[in-house]
Amino acid sequence: MAAASPPAARRRSGSARSRLIRPGLLYWIGAMPAAWTFWLGLADQLGADPMKVLERALGLWALRFLVAGLAITPLRRLAGINLLRYRRAIGLLAFFYAALHLLVYVVLDQGLDLAAVWADIVKRPFITIGMAAFLILVPLAATSSNRMIRRLGSAWVRLHRWVYLAAAAAAVHFVLSVKSWPPEPLVYAAIVALLLGYRLVASLRRPIAGTARPALSSR
Amino acid sequence: MLIKAASDIRPSEITPRSVWLRRREFVAAATAAGLIGSAHPLRAAPLAARKSPYSTDEKLTPLEDVTSYNNYYEFGTGKDDPAANAHTLTTSPWSVTLDGLVAKPRTLALEDILKPETLEERIYRMRCVEGWSMVIPWVGFPLADLLKRVEPLGSAKYVAFQTLHRPEEMPAQRSFFPVLAWPYVEGLRLDEAMHPLTILAVGLYGETLPNQNGAPIRLVVPWKYGFKGIKSIVRISLVEEQPPTSWNLQNPHEYGFYSNVNPEVDHPRWSQKTERRIGEGGLFAKRRPTLMFNGYGEQVAHLYAGMNLRQYF
Repeated sequence: MAAASPPAARRRSGSARSRLIRPGLLYWIGAMPAAWTFWLGLADQLGADPMKVLERALGLWALRFLVAGLAITPLRRLAGINLLRYRRAIGLLAFFYAALHLLVYVVLDQGLDLAAVWADIVKRPFITIGMAAFLILVPLAATSSNRMIRRLGSAWVRLHRWVYLAAAAAAVHFVLSVKSWPPEPLVYAAIVALLLGYRLVASLRRPIAGTARPALSSR
Repeated sequence: MLIKAASDIRPSEITPRSVWLRRREFVAAATAAGLIGSAHPLRAAPLAARKSPYSTDEKLTPLEDVTSYNNYYEFGTGKDDPAANAHTLTTSPWSVTLDGLVAKPRTLALEDILKPETLEERIYRMRCVEGWSMVIPWVGFPLADLLKRVEPLGSAKYVAFQTLHRPEEMPAQRSFFPVLAWPYVEGLRLDEAMHPLTILAVGLYGETLPNQNGAPIRLVVPWKYGFKGIKSIVRISLVEEQPPTSWNLQNPHEYGFYSNVNPEVDHPRWSQKTERRIGEGGLFAKRRPTLMFNGYGEQVAHLYAGMNLRQYF
């Protein structure tokens, strides 16, 4: 959940890789899994439990985009690959998918039974945690415009660090939603842990990094 | 034991006397049809079965869904894993050991188990602990019939069941990080096991069980969550103490020994008040309310009279 940062992007504009796709195009590409899965659902091609497949696919894509967004800084620092100009689109896609996931849960899964939804949110830790992840993403999506980045200045960077918590919550939500310990949620949890761990280590090594770099840096 | 029939049985569903009198021919037909000792264990063989007054008249879940949406963790945790992987299981020859507190312990080949039994079609609701349900036309016979043949002793209080442990044919049993302790085990109280609704199924939709549904012989206890229906059974032991059960071992806080379907007692992580009926309405299917004892309360509630079902979940 972050915005393309013009200065940083300009600094590294030599990277041909990041010029292959315009960031605007990413929204269309990113919307395809949702459109495709929904189409398969309407065509009765999602197997025995189509609602569950759609609900899970949307949630999983939200988590994938969160992971992709978190991978951008380590990729740039460790591998020299600069995908910073895509980060806003990736973050917003994560938000859109989380919103669709929530919408399918409320409308198709629970049949708009708001009492049941509320009971789930307050009583089921995995749903509470998932809901918390979504609520964190709301202000981040709302402040993703260039105008908001300029207006909030260094507060924007602090605000958008909440994405770390959202990603951790999303991964825990996934792990807790299943019986026993199947591998897939654990793999995602491990990747998120790795990406967050990288930031922890980096911040311990350079304790003043946050203030030393420009407000619109890659964090 | 007081046994009541379901109130929703229509006279037309009860087997005509003329058919009933020819029941032994059906058994012979089942044998001839190749259920027993089939050279093609993977291919479903037709099974003759008489109708049962215990069947529901609800709309059947399509065969495609019943055989492609399964929980059988020995073949993977994904719902489509069993259908994709269970073909590796050899189900013939097959034998079941009956032992423990019985007068006549023995190991019986599947064909010897079935020889004296009259197969019945039992159309049951199946409610999974995950919040979905199906209506499945099982083919099987009462577990009580088999237990009586080995003559349980007075000291027997519970029945313990065990699934096959054959890692070379069951991929998840070879896993470095097992999702459950193998082999899968389950248990019932003796009165639950002797209840006429409790069956051992050897088929569904009029044919032998597909491997992903627990071939060649599995337990079906329609008033309990689906995971109590242990698959591919190799051992049935009569015991005095409550036996261990796989999901209870995995997480005792979430899965109890009884695991009766109960909309009032939630799973700690999700509600059990409602369920989605598989194969009903696609994306826009509405949830339906979950019934106490999965709708079999009239027949089984007396088994739990006076018990706190919140404590014994």
